[in-house]
Amino acid sequence: MLNAAGTPVVEARDVTVALGGRPVLRGNNLIVREGEFVALMGANGSGKSTLVRALTGLLPLTQGSVLLFGTPVGDFKARHRVGFVPQRGTAAGGVPANVREVVSSGRLTRRGLLRPTSRADRAAIDDALGVVGLSDKAGDSVSTLSGGQQQRVLIARALAGEPDLFFLDEPAAGVDLPSQLALAEALRILSGRGASIVLVAHELGPLEPLVDRAVVLRGGRVAYDGPPLPQDDVHGHHHPGGAAHDHAPHVGSPFDTLQSRAREGGR
Amino acid sequence: MSLAELSDLLGREFMQRALLAALLTGLAAPAIGTFLVQRRLALLGDGIGHVAVTGVALGLLTGTSPTWTAVVVAILGAVLIEVIREQGHTNGDVALALLFYGGLAGGVLITGLAGQGANKLQAYLFGSITSLSDADVWFTLALAVVILTVTLGLLPQLFAVASDPEFAKVAGLRVRFYNLLLAVLAAITVTVAMRTVGLLLVSALMIVPVATSQQLARSFRTTLAGAMAVGGVAAVGGLLIAASFPADTTVAPGPTIVLLALAMFAATWPVGAWLRRRRRLAEPFPILTDDSPDEHEVGHADGEHPHQHGDDCGHPAVEHGDHVDYVHDGHRHAPHGEHYDEH
Repeated sequence: MLNAAGTPVVEARDVTVALGGRPVLRGNNLIVREGEFVALMGANGSGKSTLVRALTGLLPLTQGSVLLFGTPVGDFKARHRVGFVPQRGTAAGGVPANVREVVSSGRLTRRGLLRPTSRADRAAIDDALGVVGLSDKAGDSVSTLSGGQQQRVLIARALAGEPDLFFLDEPAAGVDLPSQLALAEALRILSGRGASIVLVAHELGPLEPLVDRAVVLRGGRVAYDGPPLPQDDVHGHHHPGGAAHDHAPHVGSPFDTLQSRAREGGR
Repeated sequence: MSLAELSDLLGREFMQRALLAALLTGLAAPAIGTFLVQRRLALLGDGIGHVAVTGVALGLLTGTSPTWTAVVVAILGAVLIEVIREQGHTNGDVALALLFYGGLAGGVLITGLAGQGANKLQAYLFGSITSLSDADVWFTLALAVVILTVTLGLLPQLFAVASDPEFAKVAGLRVRFYNLLLAVLAAITVTVAMRTVGLLLVSALMIVPVATSQQLARSFRTTLAGAMAVGGVAAVGGLLIAASFPADTTVAPGPTIVLLALAMFAATWPVGAWLRRRRRLAEPFPILTDDSPDEHEVGHADGEHPHQHGDDCGHPAVEHGDHVDYVHDGHRHAPHGEHYDEH
């Protein structure tokens, strides 16, 4: 749990991100220490998902730097130390895949090329399924599961690599209450094992007692960083749903791109 | 066609070569196709096939082997398609369409310039068994082995990238490399399958077996294995059917292979639909935290339940927490003592 003097696992300094030439994050600093549970909060479009995507190296920075375990994110090789749970909607693809196959993907951070799964791999996958409470669903096709169960599959996938640092992007958005409780239980177990957790959330719900620190974003800047706040103080009113927000308008012509042409600072 | 004629046909060297090439193509094409379907790029093979027409035409024009020029142009086209898909944010399909039609139109134009008639091109568009040489079969064999080794060997990585590229990137996999690898393998598959199925139908051999296999499979690996089995049977069977037509007809193997694969899909789909419906109806009702059933409320006004629910009563019994609900004319009846609760 909270360790004020712990080693920083995430050090973001002056993080500025532009999407399609439009600034989304401006000069944000964020330090997450070992074992901390940090919730990134804010209204739709405040930049909280963008920040987590910049921290994982998915988005280039236009300015500033991100260090993971002391290494710049662009040079960061110890990928097995990081677990990522993207925003929902990607657990099922065009071909049926069972729960175990999806969760096994998470083990690739520790498996070499052309290696069969080892006993340690299988044990980690079983453990991950157990933590999210889906051991009895291992052989089921992911597409037959409920939204909340699919979300738990994605968490188990991140868990299977046995990381020390988790990034979760809106894991509780649009998830039924039993799954939210199962999710809170899984995160409680992880936090208890000493993992550092960065969670993007619109509202905390059953996760609230677990959170050590809340970071609230407003208009692309950190507006608050401290103990968790009651929901109403974050942005005053409630938005239903957790729909993704587009920061740049979509351009409707072939061969156009929205890739940022800015220099990839901090990489 | 009599049995004697068939065995005579099978005894011919060109037919044996063609069968071997068809079997390998039938195994390799659906292996790549499974990943394309997973990435929801089912029509990528079709696009590469159109672009490869230009490659074949360039071969005919320059007098070099159309197979090799097709490989080169197909790989360039596949890489270009992948780059457009990766960079573009919206309307990637329009960009792809521009490329497809450019490839087809360019191919037909260049074939015309080469002074070759439509007949020459037709062998590449819809397949031709009689034109296979020994060298072609060795070429097919080598490429099919490469395709199968790479796809099956890198299955965990390709699966992770195809199902969730963002997760794969954070996990340290080189997403762009694997996507380009898949595009290049798809391009090679297209040119391998060009001689048996033909460029315009090759995508069907990549996709239809996957659609067939999906009807019954519940995991990615069984889908892949099933698709390869369906592809192999369709390719060999379709070739035999094409060969068994009377000598005065000109039936290309491409259409028979694809129609046989589609027939296999048509045969499996009802089974799949029935299984999915059964699974959906038997799915346990969710346990809600504030799940206080309308206690002791009975679904019939007189308080009498005219029917005794049981194992064989004909009403679907669906799990609901620690008991079973019987689905009954849009009601859910849960046994409670002497009566049924409405759930």
